[in-house]
Amino acid sequence: MSKVSQVTRLQELVYELEIAEVMTRDFLSVTPQMTMREFKEFLQEHRFSGAPVMEDGELVGIISIEDLIEALAAGELGCLVEAKMTRDPVVLKANDLVVRSVDYFGRFGYGRFPVVDDQGAIVGVLTKGDITRGLLRKLEVEYHQEEIRRARVNHIFDDVSSDHTSISLRYDVEARNFERGGRASRSIKRALKRFGLPRQIVRRAAIATYEAEMNVVIHADDPGGVITAEIQPDQIVIEAIDMGPGIPDIDLAMQRGFSTAPDWIREMGFGAGMGLKNIDRCADRMELLSPHGTRTTLRIVIYMDER
Amino acid sequence: MNVDDLCRELQLEIRAGRRKLNREVTHGYAADLLSYAMARARPGCVWVTLQGHINVVGVASLTEAAAVVITEGLEPDAATVEKAEEEGIPILTTELTTYTTVARMVELGIPGVDEVE
Repeated sequence: MSKVSQVTRLQELVYELEIAEVMTRDFLSVTPQMTMREFKEFLQEHRFSGAPVMEDGELVGIISIEDLIEALAAGELGCLVEAKMTRDPVVLKANDLVVRSVDYFGRFGYGRFPVVDDQGAIVGVLTKGDITRGLLRKLEVEYHQEEIRRARVNHIFDDVSSDHTSISLRYDVEARNFERGGRASRSIKRALKRFGLPRQIVRRAAIATYEAEMNVVIHADDPGGVITAEIQPDQIVIEAIDMGPGIPDIDLAMQRGFSTAPDWIREMGFGAGMGLKNIDRCADRMELLSPHGTRTTLRIVIYMDER
Repeated sequence: MNVDDLCRELQLEIRAGRRKLNREVTHGYAADLLSYAMARARPGCVWVTLQGHINVVGVASLTEAAAVVITEGLEPDAATVEKAEEEGIPILTTELTTYTTVARMVELGIPGVDEVE
């Protein structure tokens, strides 16, 4: 069973979305020469709780409702924004990921951050509300795309009438060609993603296929073997088949750390004797057949329903 | 901490994947055996290794690692760089040893893959 940890899509999204995608671009700013009274009216009118302070298109500070309350308490509403604002405000970069801003909100306790580009020019403002809205928007878009994708995949299985429908992918794997090694697993990963399968399933299938593929590259007799992936409505069946030399002792091969890879291959970091263990960890079912020590068939089954 | 910050803190040279430097670093991992990396590397981790050949990119891409740091001044193969660009995997290099690189990463507060749930 899969021991790969589960994360929610929302948690993942904060690691994928850039701040530029969620920030407010059309933000309003105040000037340093505005009085605190004018700033109060500005807040009331727009229902904001703060704003960046700009002079000649440059960010010079940030001011918030907290600063206004202080000015009110001190009876300094005639005072200029300049005197009450926070200078050199903490900024976020537009191409930083949203996760960084989550950390900043927690760390600094501010309600908003100016967002700057690579040249340090202000391009937006980010509040917690922007993050929430941005995440919800993205989830909605993804949900729609997912529905469309699912509909498409399901149609393939529903519209075609047969007793057993599946989509089959086949890749030739060349022995000892390390440059091309990983091609089948990358392609299969991409295909499974396209079919809209859950990410954990895609990841498990990709890791298991990679190990199976590299086993063929490392161990199979020339010219190599084939990797097939059969996508069925309820499971994915991946097979790696080569024509030799076969595995004399499968129990031994399954042992952690056992490897017959030659030194030159080990120098590249292969042959750790972990490949089959990794496959086993990712698969719901795994079968290894090497009858009469010749042809080797490795069969990996991953169920569509995560359990 | 994102990959860009890590590059700055450790003065790493960027050999590939410049457009993905904003990825957040969630943990660190070090090993030169690919199957171990395959089993252990997680999405968002920085993998420190002494391997510079193309299969490193394959493992990093499939495990969705945030970046690969190649230590001891070893240069990645041209094919590695090309593939890493294609896959969007930052390949970073340093003259430091794996030991020192990892020690600096720990100082920066990056936990090991086995220290996080």
